[in-house]
Amino acid sequence: MSFLITSLAIIVAGGLLSLIFYKSHRFSTAFGAGAAVLGCIIGIVPAVQIIYYGNTETLKLAWDIPLGSFFLQLDPLAAFFLMPIFVLSALVAIYGKEYLRAYREKKLLGISWFFFNLLVASMAMVCLAANTILFLVSWEIMALSSFFLVAFEYEKEDVRKASWTYMIASYLGTACLLPMFLILGTGSNFLDFDNFLKNISPRTADICFILALIGFGTKAGIIPFHVWLPVAHPVAPSPVSALMSGVMIKTGIYGLVRTLTFLGMPPLWWGVLLLVIGIVSGVLGVLFALAQHDLKRLLAYHSIENIGIIAMGIGVGLIGWSTGMPVVAALGFAGGLLHVVNHALFKGLLFLGAGSVFHSVHTLEIDHLGGLIKKMPATGFTFLIGAVAISGLPPLNGFVSEFIIYIAAFSGAIKMDIYPAMFLVSAIAGLALIGGLAAACFTKAFGIVFLGEPRTQEAQKARESSRWMTAPMMGLAAACILIGFLGPLLLPFMSPVTGTILSNPHSAEIKKAADYLLYVTAGSVVFLVLVAVIAGLRSRLLSGRTVGKALTWDCGYAAPTARMQYTASSFAQPVIELFQFFLRTKKHLTIPDTYFPSAANFESHTPDIGREHLYKPVFTGINKFFLRMKIVQEGRMHIYVLYIVITLLVLLFWYMR
Amino acid sequence: MNSAIEIMMILLVLSDMALLGLSRLRTCISIVSFQGMLLGVLALTMQLSAITPRLILIAAASFIIKGFIFPFLLRRGIREAGAQYEIEPFVGYIMSVIAGLAMLGISFWLGAKLPLFAANTLLIPAALTTLFTGLFLIIARKNALNQCLGYIIMENGIYTFGIVSVAEIPLLVELGILLDVFVAVFVMGIAIYHINREFDHLDSDRLNILKG
Amino acid sequence: MPIASIINICLGLLLAPLLLGIINKTKAFFAGRTGQPLFQAYLDIIKQLRKGVVYSQTTSLIFRAGPVIGLASVLIALAIVPLGGVAAPLAFSGDLLIFAYILGLMRFFTVLAALDTGSSFEGMGASREVLFSALAEPALLIGLAAIARETHAMSLSQMLPAVSFLSPEVVLVTVALLIVYLCENARIPFDDPNTHLELTMIHEVMVLDHSGPDFAFILYGSALKLWVLGLVIIGIVFPASSGSFWFISVISAIGGLFFLAVIVGIIESTMARLRLIRIPQLLVAAGSLSLFAFILVLR
Repeated sequence: MSFLITSLAIIVAGGLLSLIFYKSHRFSTAFGAGAAVLGCIIGIVPAVQIIYYGNTETLKLAWDIPLGSFFLQLDPLAAFFLMPIFVLSALVAIYGKEYLRAYREKKLLGISWFFFNLLVASMAMVCLAANTILFLVSWEIMALSSFFLVAFEYEKEDVRKASWTYMIASYLGTACLLPMFLILGTGSNFLDFDNFLKNISPRTADICFILALIGFGTKAGIIPFHVWLPVAHPVAPSPVSALMSGVMIKTGIYGLVRTLTFLGMPPLWWGVLLLVIGIVSGVLGVLFALAQHDLKRLLAYHSIENIGIIAMGIGVGLIGWSTGMPVVAALGFAGGLLHVVNHALFKGLLFLGAGSVFHSVHTLEIDHLGGLIKKMPATGFTFLIGAVAISGLPPLNGFVSEFIIYIAAFSGAIKMDIYPAMFLVSAIAGLALIGGLAAACFTKAFGIVFLGEPRTQEAQKARESSRWMTAPMMGLAAACILIGFLGPLLLPFMSPVTGTILSNPHSAEIKKAADYLLYVTAGSVVFLVLVAVIAGLRSRLLSGRTVGKALTWDCGYAAPTARMQYTASSFAQPVIELFQFFLRTKKHLTIPDTYFPSAANFESHTPDIGREHLYKPVFTGINKFFLRMKIVQEGRMHIYVLYIVITLLVLLFWYMR
Repeated sequence: MNSAIEIMMILLVLSDMALLGLSRLRTCISIVSFQGMLLGVLALTMQLSAITPRLILIAAASFIIKGFIFPFLLRRGIREAGAQYEIEPFVGYIMSVIAGLAMLGISFWLGAKLPLFAANTLLIPAALTTLFTGLFLIIARKNALNQCLGYIIMENGIYTFGIVSVAEIPLLVELGILLDVFVAVFVMGIAIYHINREFDHLDSDRLNILKG
Repeated sequence: MPIASIINICLGLLLAPLLLGIINKTKAFFAGRTGQPLFQAYLDIIKQLRKGVVYSQTTSLIFRAGPVIGLASVLIALAIVPLGGVAAPLAFSGDLLIFAYILGLMRFFTVLAALDTGSSFEGMGASREVLFSALAEPALLIGLAAIARETHAMSLSQMLPAVSFLSPEVVLVTVALLIVYLCENARIPFDDPNTHLELTMIHEVMVLDHSGPDFAFILYGSALKLWVLGLVIIGIVFPASSGSFWFISVISAIGGLFFLAVIVGIIESTMARLRLIRIPQLLVAAGSLSLFAFILVLR
């Protein structure tokens, strides 16, 4: 625990120093980034230790706040979430040092570094806190510091709007958490997590679960509470989006899973509900991602998709738990939680890659890019690794976690009764569809951005980013590959983590899945050998033969230009057309007419379905209602006194009743 | 015999799915006619050991009316109205099939819950699925002919439901339902003819302009 | 019996291109032509292996990696499916997932290689390929889940020999898998391998720019894909005994594969290509068949 306290102290102190030295961009960056990296490295040590030994450490200090105490608890579950937080934060700090340099003339970077370090520390505190007040305070600091980071370019109108959306969503979420914790803590003096009610009635547990699902789900970005995600991520600076999408939204998952440990044995419908929400988030997330034209907004929607996969894993786990099938329970949770780490790695990588593209080309409009892999090979190849990983393809890490969720769903679908089995098979169908569509989306993202010919002048002039930016990306890519191959070795360490939730480690079941993964790894190794052999064979065959260079075959047309290439929008068009029912893409077109048409154009954009059809009507309604309520605002003093008197009288009568 | 019933039920569900996914009206009518004949045979198969004149009457009525008379009326409707396929349904064909799958799942769940005895576990779910399919078509399609098909399919579902407990449902009720649908198809046929003549199309959702 | 499974892999490596020959012969028979020789696919592959290559100036390393990764992926798939009741070398619980996903990896890189050329025709093909395969994936996996529930196993090598073809649900799965088979292998009614218009192709247009050994790898890879996916269907339809007479069931399974090729040829001779917007409907139908089969197995 002392390591962790030191690490958090270093991170916060670094943040404060960079705030103090805000005038010198060099000092503030050095303090901010340096402290973040150092603190994160120190913090990883105890997290790994706890996972390795499977024990729990606590620290409790008195705190002068009603109902509060400074109670930290580091159990395997917390440690498991701390690992991606520290790893990604350290790498993002290194990357951010270089990325933010471009803004050193315009912005006071000291302030941003202060909030950055505060965000890292508060995320860690959220995972560590074992007292409600401490948890909520950390939760709010996390929300606020990330709000200020999103609003980095506050002088732009859309950035301000997006940050406000984020802020409001965040508070609406917290509004559900507060009553939940109060219900759980009824009757205890300190709202410590271990004082929470032990035997809560099923009805209360149901209410708490729903509240937790809305409250934590808003942070995690599950549909329909996702609206802030696709607006906030694109406007935030790339390192911030990487951090928020990679790990901050996972604190929502952490909160949900932590809440499950308070609620005891779940009824079947919790798992079913979470599974259905997961499938909806996953499928709609990837569909909306396909319809986007902005690289970062595309990635933001993919966060929703991956949160959906995580929710599916947890839902499958809950179904297994409530029907008493340890294989399904342990593997469902293990797969879902492993996907938390995996998503942190590849989504962090992809956002950093997008940032690198933006840094060099100054646009993220997919249809304005192209051919970047020749100009930016390091960014390109690491992005490719991220793209393969996020599509859940072997031999990378995305496949490992999806494989475990699949195994859980299959084991359940084979043995369970009709009702749960039907939902588990829909999980299989959902994962398969999401996998296929994610592959479609990332062949689009990678193929259009990095392959082919540059579509604009700017893309033509792209240059590779500096090593400070590519090195963290390479680190993340290496982690994706490593987890892909070392899955069978790493999976057994999941059993203390799932054990925290299920109060039984189920090591035997997890060990079995690890054995299956061993075959997967064997297959992957053989695959790499085969790739090497076939590549060798080809260079052998080609040695001494002519290797010609020509133009791409374009069916005999004589003067191809880069603008004639297939665009991202046309690539995604068949899918979008097919799922028009959900996407409701809006199109504006001017059809070319007459024999010699002078101009024609076509645009399409896909507004978010939740924002357009759920929140907009609701908020407009609320707005109208309060406009009507304006009558009570007379603006005259004695009227207000009258209100107060009436209120007091009503309260008095109510009390005397 | 049980496996014969099972295969018939599977064919019934598959024909429901086909009706949800296909757009060509003539094909849909053929499928509905196939469903009618299937159900006629089913009524006999269910009670092979105890065939009564009443049963033969029901089976024959179903076979002839649903297998030949309705399709004939509907085909005539098409000929007169000139509608070959639905152009723009409220719910697309793929979404309809997916909805059909959901209805199938719900039917199996309901079938397990309902306190009904059936000779085969597939009978009640298949009956419910057919019922839901009919209702769905009535709701989701604009074309009056398609809605008419929906009524027939719904009746097929009710009929299958009745066969499950054929001993208990009075003949009169069964014939009454059949007659209802018969009249419905007849009236619809006339209505279709007139809608078409008045408005030059068959979209019943535009009937609301009549309310003035 | 490891020797048997190694022999099985060798048989696959040797005989896969023959399936293309059988399909083409069948089509020729129906058209009243003599048709190309039965071993034409072998000749094509050998010819391409002997040639040099031409690369487009636009392409990068991805374009060169595509065929190599594709062939390696399908070879892994070959090591997963059993043949004639003999367990495959890479058989474990859950191998059906890596089977489906390694073919996904093959497709991912084929699509990227197509996009790497910057040709709008290849982009078009790629765009169709990703949509259709995304819809075919659920049909395949749910169908396999139904078989898994029927046989209480999660490994293709245990599932396929244990399944009996006689129940209606297995028939439904077989039909669904046949649709997936035609789609994944770019056959009629999904894609016409013999069409001459780049605008209407799916798979063929994506590999337009490949030449020489690269193209040989692609040809060989798609022949193997025809073989491995066919083995899944044949495994369901044909009973297999893995006793000491394994070679008899292996021979009968290979006979079954050739029969499947004839069926594909018949389908190609008697059906026209579907309009592109109809294809998703057929794939959704395949998915519904699989799901219905699963529900039937559930009872």
